[in-house]
Amino acid sequence: MQLPVIFLLLFSLGAPGAFAQDSKKEIEKYQQMIADSSPVELFELQGEALWRKRQGPKNASLEQCDLGLGAGALRGAYAQLPRYFKDADRVMDLETRLLHCMGALQGRSREEASKRVFGNENQPSEMELLSAYVAGESRGAPMAPGTAHPKEIAAYELGRKLFFYRAGPWDFSCTSCHGEEGKRIRMQDLPVLSTPAAARPVVATWPAYRVSNSQFKTMQWRINDCYRQMRMPEPNYASDLTIAIATYLTVTGKGEPYRGPGTKR
Amino acid sequence: MAAMKPIRRLALKGAGVLTAALLAPLLLPIRALAAGWNKDAFGSKTAADALKILGAAGSTESKDVVIDAPQIAENGAVVPIEITSNVPNTRSIAVVIEKNPFPLAARFDFGDGAVPYVKVNVKMGESSFVRVVAEAGGRYYAASKEVKVTIGGCGG
Amino acid sequence: MAEPMKIRAVLKGDVAEVRVLMVHPMETGQRKDANGSILPMHFIQEVTVRVNGRVMLEGQISQAVSRNPVFSFRLKGVKSGDKLEIAWLDNRGERSQSVTAIA
Repeated sequence: MQLPVIFLLLFSLGAPGAFAQDSKKEIEKYQQMIADSSPVELFELQGEALWRKRQGPKNASLEQCDLGLGAGALRGAYAQLPRYFKDADRVMDLETRLLHCMGALQGRSREEASKRVFGNENQPSEMELLSAYVAGESRGAPMAPGTAHPKEIAAYELGRKLFFYRAGPWDFSCTSCHGEEGKRIRMQDLPVLSTPAAARPVVATWPAYRVSNSQFKTMQWRINDCYRQMRMPEPNYASDLTIAIATYLTVTGKGEPYRGPGTKR
Repeated sequence: MAAMKPIRRLALKGAGVLTAALLAPLLLPIRALAAGWNKDAFGSKTAADALKILGAAGSTESKDVVIDAPQIAENGAVVPIEITSNVPNTRSIAVVIEKNPFPLAARFDFGDGAVPYVKVNVKMGESSFVRVVAEAGGRYYAASKEVKVTIGGCGG
Repeated sequence: MAEPMKIRAVLKGDVAEVRVLMVHPMETGQRKDANGSILPMHFIQEVTVRVNGRVMLEGQISQAVSRNPVFSFRLKGVKSGDKLEIAWLDNRGERSQSVTAIA
């Protein structure tokens, strides 16, 4: 009679660990199944239409926008961002560069072009659609942000500093959530983004469609929302701060082929 | 069609009636939507009621009805469900999410050539069993799978 | 605003794998807007799949199908080049359809 009881005890003691492992596998299955049936392509298509649409005082499309590989060269362009741009004398990420082209090519004011950069589930923003399209054109290209120019190095350094910088009413920094192995919020594992291994899959799958709010979200949004969650003041869109963080993350996670706009929970 | 030879046309005409009779079971039109969206079934507040309205009250469990779905859905707003019915001559499949406010989520009717297979994303308000009922030859075959939901997806 | 539908239909052996992405809020009638008012039900109810004009599959769906529905179907006895048409009708009587050739 004693032996079965001992077996039962041993089995039940071992159970929590086993459950955690099974949960992780099942969640991976969920992630894989939703990725298979993602509406991301529709956003890319709509983004392409916007890319070609004539707009603004100059009644021009964005088709001649130079994202770093030459005017209108889209294949692989997203994968080499953020990078320094001579014409703006600034390191720019995708959204910053799109804003630049909206001004330079279409004659739109920065105020007008950045009026509604974050959309909602009924109406995505122009930026979100354009980001989906342009990012999609880098599928398979290895993530290779600029790392040589002094301003690129400065952006990386600033981003790294900001990653560890504690502030705000809760004294939070990015590391409060993303600084230690084995942490999670609800069912989502929190990657330690200062490590290449954790940063790579993240960098390879943004921008992304989030099923939880049925919206396509960009990296600028993600950074903005992290700041909100940390109860810090809202960062300005396409500001040096946000570009620096994006640079730090992308450089830390560089090297992997871009998988295309992702689908996340 | 216009260029068809007269002899052939005659032969076809003669065979027409017989052919139609032989082919009838194979070329049954899909009746479902002719009657419109099944308001009563979709408005049912319990799985049992919905299935009763669909005529599927008496179903037998069958391993031939296969549900592929994650055991855990990170977000109940989008739960991917992949269904295959290996029951021969399956003509329709109904998807019921037992704990949803309105359990009947979908019903698919398969005409000739349509494989009794579908993948669809559904909303689940809370952890629940997903029940799939396939109809073949006037009989109903069912399977269930439990899906745990960490965040409910119906809204509010 | 037009609601685009994206259909991908590829023949694998003798079965066409069809995947269709639709844009639709699939509003359940349970969500509230910022002012606290209920967002009314607005969802696709009927989906019809035709090949060369013949209805092959009909779907009746509810508000329990996710926003921006994505469906996968399989069709036998179809050929490359066949005309595949998918149409939907929602609870407000709005419709959409898209046609593509099976690859």
